[in-house]
Amino acid sequence: MRTFLAAATLAAAVLPLAILVFVTLLALPLYNSFSFADLLTGHWDPMHRGYGIFPMMVTSFLLAVSSLAVAFPVSLGCAGLIYGLAPPVVAGLLKRLVQVMTGFPTVVYGFVGVFVLVPAVREVFQQGSGRCLLSALIPLSLMITPTMTLFFADAFTAIPREMLLGAAALGADPVQRFVLVVIPSAGRGLAAGTVLSFGRALGDTLIALMLAGNAAQVPSGFLESARTLTAHIALVIAADFQSLEFASIFLCGMVLYILTSCAALLAWKIRTSFGQGMS
Amino acid sequence: MKPFWAWLVRGFCWISGFWLFFGAIVVVGYVAWRGILHVTPALLFGSVSPWDALLNRVSVLNGLWPATVGTLSLVLGAVGLAAPLGLAAGIYLAEFSRGRIKEILTVFFDVLAGVPSVLVGLFGFSVSLILHKTVSPRFGPCLLVAVFSLMILVLPYVIRATQTALEAVAPHTRLVALSLGADRIQNLLWVLLPSSLRGIASGLLLAIGRCAEDTAVILLTGVVISAGVPRSLLDPFEALPFYIFYVSTQYASQEELNRGFGAALILLGVSVTLYTLAYTIQRLVGHWALYRA
Repeated sequence: MRTFLAAATLAAAVLPLAILVFVTLLALPLYNSFSFADLLTGHWDPMHRGYGIFPMMVTSFLLAVSSLAVAFPVSLGCAGLIYGLAPPVVAGLLKRLVQVMTGFPTVVYGFVGVFVLVPAVREVFQQGSGRCLLSALIPLSLMITPTMTLFFADAFTAIPREMLLGAAALGADPVQRFVLVVIPSAGRGLAAGTVLSFGRALGDTLIALMLAGNAAQVPSGFLESARTLTAHIALVIAADFQSLEFASIFLCGMVLYILTSCAALLAWKIRTSFGQGMS
Repeated sequence: MKPFWAWLVRGFCWISGFWLFFGAIVVVGYVAWRGILHVTPALLFGSVSPWDALLNRVSVLNGLWPATVGTLSLVLGAVGLAAPLGLAAGIYLAEFSRGRIKEILTVFFDVLAGVPSVLVGLFGFSVSLILHKTVSPRFGPCLLVAVFSLMILVLPYVIRATQTALEAVAPHTRLVALSLGADRIQNLLWVLLPSSLRGIASGLLLAIGRCAEDTAVILLTGVVISAGVPRSLLDPFEALPFYIFYVSTQYASQEELNRGFGAALILLGVSVTLYTLAYTIQRLVGHWALYRA
């Protein structure tokens, strides 16, 4: 029984390694003709043998960071309401809503974005087709907010009661307790949740693919069309399997893998050192 | 007299709450508004009679039936594979591994949980590419590859839910059977697993939801727009989320667009139901267990 369980665990644990090995090996044809640094900093122009993925990297990073910048304060506010700044009935309902929202399919966010947000952005800014970074940013931040909120709310409830009672005894009202005691002492939980949400925003494919416009260029503003690493993989997959263009998607895959596993490792590191530093 | 900033903080929290509420209303409201009238038997079966479609006598060309069957087979296959493997790994992590090994394995599954779905799809695709070259040229992206990839995608869910649920069993419950002379395996089968069923079940429900919803994985592993009801594991297939994606990019008629909204509403309804169920039966398991990137 024990051996069987161990074998199953081992088989499952091989999977993350296998993914890394596969994407690394299949990108090999690229390194024969180009240097690694060139590929990471070069531009995408497959007609003229340009297989650099720099524009996609910039876009992925920009989109992930900006959607986090929107989602972080919103999640903090929502977690605050759930935690106790709202009347219990509202807090309970909001928590329910947030839980249900974690289940919204990404493709539905994209779908609504295509028919509601894209025309709206086109009308308001009178520029281009409306498929741009901004159109992807709004649903993406909305998509990561619920999980982030639940994460934050969990971190808040993990704070020792004595600490809150102490603050209350000193005359702090709920808002003061929230800002001066709860948020600072939940710092690690907040950090872990944020790092994980960064990985999630980076890994999203459908919203960026459907809404960001997919032009393989370094965007100069939020109204520009741009292509993320994930969308690049989905778009190039149909190319000729022998081509260098095809090999480049595995390079994108490798970059994504490294970034998201770093996020997972960092979150784990932050989480496991929870007990040591509450201050 | 409260300080001004306290009002500001409170106001900000309420604005955040309303923003999220507003977002949810726009998504649900718009899909429901455009889709509700089209959720009829004709949405699924088109002009074919439901009975003929169910018995697979006539193939449905203008309905969602093939896509629905495709999604069902994906869910059944992937969760069917992920459940035994994930349960085994979760039990091993919670009950039999200790110290450094446990820590390393947990990190491995954390990393796996963070791998973007498009990458999991890419992995499945490259596996099929290699099988195509080495085993048989008949092999390509197909239902089997998609099921295998989706299994990888939801495996961390099942493992984590199982592990967390087992670890949350109260110490005294854990000791009673042992003190009565049960061995470790008996204790596991008759006490620990039954008392962590809620957590495990909610993990499985979320895994089902993920499989039904994920588009990026199947996009790379053999989903197509017209395959009919899947006949074998080695054929391409249709699926609801891909249909929604396809309609948003290139719908040819108003009728197709209406079907897209119908499909979006159905998928949204299914996901919301599954997640609500999962959160309702989940008591002991923390959100961490159910979180995946």
